[in-house]
Formats: sequence, C-alpha cells, structure tokens
Amino acid sequence: MLKDVTLGQYLPGNTLLHKTDPRMKLIITVLFIVSVFVASNLYALLALLAFSVILIFVSKLSPKIVFRGLKPIIFIVIFTSVVSIFWKKGENLLFSFWKIEIYEEGIMYALMIALRIIVLIMGTNVLLSYTTSPIALTDGLEQLLSPLKKIKIPVHDFSMIMTIALRFIPTLIEETDRIMSAQRSRGADFSTGSLIKRAKALIPIFIPLFASLIRRADELAVAMECRCYVGDNGRTSMNKLKYSARDFIVLFVMIAVGVGVFFIGKYTGGPKF
Amino acid sequence: MSYIEVKNVSFSYEEDSQEGKTVLDNVSLSIEKGEFVAVLGRNGSGKSTLAKLLNMILVPSEGQIFIDGINITEDVCEELMLKVRRKIGMVFQNPDNQIFATIVEEDVAFGPENLGIESSEIRRRVDEALATVDMSQYARHAPHKLSGGQKQRIAIAGVLAMDPECIIFDESTSMLDPHGRAEICEVMQKLNKERGKTIIHITHNMDEAELADRIIVLDEIGIRLEGSPKEVFSDIKTITELGLEAPQATELCARLAERGFDIPLGIIGEESCAKAIQEALVSRKK
Repeated sequence: MLKDVTLGQYLPGNTLLHKTDPRMKLIITVLFIVSVFVASNLYALLALLAFSVILIFVSKLSPKIVFRGLKPIIFIVIFTSVVSIFWKKGENLLFSFWKIEIYEEGIMYALMIALRIIVLIMGTNVLLSYTTSPIALTDGLEQLLSPLKKIKIPVHDFSMIMTIALRFIPTLIEETDRIMSAQRSRGADFSTGSLIKRAKALIPIFIPLFASLIRRADELAVAMECRCYVGDNGRTSMNKLKYSARDFIVLFVMIAVGVGVFFIGKYTGGPKF
Repeated sequence: MSYIEVKNVSFSYEEDSQEGKTVLDNVSLSIEKGEFVAVLGRNGSGKSTLAKLLNMILVPSEGQIFIDGINITEDVCEELMLKVRRKIGMVFQNPDNQIFATIVEEDVAFGPENLGIESSEIRRRVDEALATVDMSQYARHAPHKLSGGQKQRIAIAGVLAMDPECIIFDESTSMLDPHGRAEICEVMQKLNKERGKTIIHITHNMDEAELADRIIVLDEIGIRLEGSPKEVFSDIKTITELGLEAPQATELCARLAERGFDIPLGIIGEESCAKAIQEALVSRKK
C-alpha cells in the first residue's frame, strides 16, 4: 500500500530541460516566477501559458501527468476566483441581485488570478519538479548557495541532510509497512474506530519506528565517519557541475520571454492588475 | 613489526553498568600485511569492538595498537583518525545503514570526495571499484531497489574507492541470504588474492571462516584459539565449549574419529571429508 509512493515527482528523460544544469534551472525558475508577476494583463499571461505548454512538449512530458499535477491547486484556484468575482468592484455592472453585484472587471480579475496560479504551478513543476532529479536539485542548490558559506551558513550540512532524507524515505516506508503488518498480524486495528482510537493505534507503530530510526542514524554516522567524512573540509566532488553553452541559451530564452511578457503587458489593451 | 599489532588491549563500555562491562581484556594479536584473517566468536565476545578499535571508532581503555607502525592509541586527533581510516576500511553489518546517497555511484564516490581527490581521479576509482565488485551496470541505479548482496557489494565498492590497505568486514554477511553471502565471500577472496588487500572477516559463520588463512577465536576472556582453519577446527572440544559450531564436514569427521575410525582431525570441506571417509573405510577393510 505504502510502496506506491514515488520519490519526488521526477520523471527521468533525456531532453533539453533534463540536461540543463540544475543551478541554471533554479535561476530560470526564479525568472519564470518573476515573469508571472510582471505579466500585467490577460494577453501577457496567455503568452506565458503558451510558453509553459511549449516547455511541456520540449521536455516530452505527458500532458496528462502535468494536468494531474494541477489537481492539488484546483480548490485554491476556484476559491480565489469566486471570492474575487464578488469582491472586485468596477464600472461595468453586469448583474445585480439583492446585495450581490458582479462587475465585468471582477470576472476579468478572477480569470487572471486563476490563470496566474495555474501558469505558476505548471511552469515551476515542468522546469524543476518533473525534469530535475532530487539529488541534482540538492547539489545545484548547494553550489548555488555556496557563497553563503562565507557568512557561516552551513549550506553543505543542509544539503547533506536533504540527501540523506531523500535516500531514507523509501527505506522508512518499507519499514513502516513491515511494522504495520507485524502489528496487524497480532490483531492491531488501524482502520476502524473513532479518530482518537485510530490515533492511539498508531503509537505501537511510531515507537519501534523511532527506535529503529535512531539506530539507523547512529550506524550511518559511524559508517560515514569510517569513510573519512568530516563535513565540508576539503571535500571535492566527482560530478562537478559545469555550465555549458546550452545552459546559457536556455537562460537567454527565459530572459527573452520575460522581457517579451513585460512589453506585451505594457502595449496591449485590456484591464491591468 | 606486523602490519597490525594489538598489545595488551582492554576495553570496557563504561556507561553499560556501574562497574563498566569489560568486553576485551588484555588482548594481544598481530596481523600481517596481505593476510586473510577470520575472527570468530559468539555474540558479546568483543569481536565487533575489536574491529572498531582498529578503525579508531573506539579508543582502548588500556594497551596499545599499531597500524603500519603508527601508534593509534597515542595523541588521538582528527588528523590521525583520517590517516588510519584511509588505511583501514570497514564494511558493516546492515547494508541499508551504510549507503547514504540516492544513486549508487554517488555513494561510491563519497569516500574519495572526502579525501579531497580530483574529479577525474574519483571517476576512475569509482568505475574501477564498481567493476571489481561486478556492479558496473548498476552505477546509475537507486540503492534501495537492489538486493541485500548487491547493496553490500556497493558498500564494499565505497570502501575500495578509498584504496585502503586493509578491509574489515564486521559481520557483513550476517544479514544476507546464502546467495548474497557467497557473493560477498567471493569478493573478499578476490580482493585478498588479486589485489593483495589485508582482509579481516568478523563472523560467526564457520563455513565462511574456512576461507581464511588464519582464524582467531575470541570469547569474553580473550583469544581462545588461534591458527590455520585446520588447526582451529581440530580442536572441536574447545569450539563447542565456546558455543560455536564447527563446519558440518569437520564435525562429522571428528565424531567418526571419536568412534575409532582412522580419520585425521581438522578436515575442511565436503570433498576432503568424503575422501577421508573413503580412505578410512578402505583401510578398515584391509
């Protein structure tokens, strides 16, 4: 049951986006997010939507998976757009009933908010989550933030913690599964009864799980020490990240899209928000 | 002086009880470079503690240990630890708890990365180490999807990539299925014979101990038996006394000898056992 959980959302592939340096992807993701908020009218947002769709095709992702990735935000999208339909006041009254007044600007505003959230999530998912392996992401983040080491922020330690956490997620899921089966075979019941009763039934799972976690952590620490790990001191890396021409082309495209979106917003009509 | 010299070493875990439980009491032993030594003993006999002392994970309460002529019990500091751990690698019991990376080759590269070795050299070492343990085709795999034996081979590759002179296997086969055990034993022999690595194999499996040049049997008091597998297994009485079981073939021969058959002691392996029984039968007929 628990085994179906996949590690992150990474979908392996061999496309331009998959091969882009993770540091550059982090940079262009930030630029993408900025562009989403720079886009000041509907046309600019539609342009960004088109760009995201192009990204989906470039990275050969199945559109189905990308749309499935939007599921968790459907509620937020609907909620914020409905609220803004009723709250946004304007000049062109479309509909009025008792105290409820709906304006044209309200509908426009709701549409833009919905579009903005969808583009934001879809774009960052395609740029980062689906096309970057978690390990590349932590590596990229560590190297991108390495200047912060100068002001004594333990960037390396955080990235090591992340790596170990990612590595042990499947192991822990397996272990939880095993402990649950063991308890169930002795008559434990996890699925019926009141909420409190069910929560109580979980205690016999958590205690052995934590005990084993601590033991694991201890053994892992000894094993790492045995391999001469002393933190960040004088470490080198096998796969040193190197920017290639491709990375700069991707960066250039992203900047061009950002600037384009800014001008579309500035010189085309329609309400701006 | 031998490669590893342990002189009158005692060790006790102080936090264990009020008095402090003594695990090793006045133990002395020496191991030559290139030797394949098996350390046997039942649970609590201090065999894992001995391994941890050699690798400076623990420091003895008394006595001295020399590794390649360096006294590792004096002036204990981080620099000395790194020096010793470069020489002596260690493979542990649970393969899951010694692999920390999400990709096999990243994990193998961890040791050399810590040593500050150049990228291209790390790449070379990783490829070589993975080839040695026959896991090259799994270089880009996720470790959690591999079998126990495969994971343990990755752990060995991780140690090999640091190019140590000696590798300690601390009950590294005890959590594996028979197939996995055989794989690991094969790798151990290969490393010893072909690469000249000193191997210390800590185990309670007698069949695995047979593969060694020399066996050291430990118990709570200290070293009880020491010698070639043949010599050690000749002393079935002491072995049984120590709560260990001799390999079945050896045990069978010893029992037959007890009943008056003309069979030499310390027979190792099914084949030589069959041969000895055949010879005994032939000589009896005459």
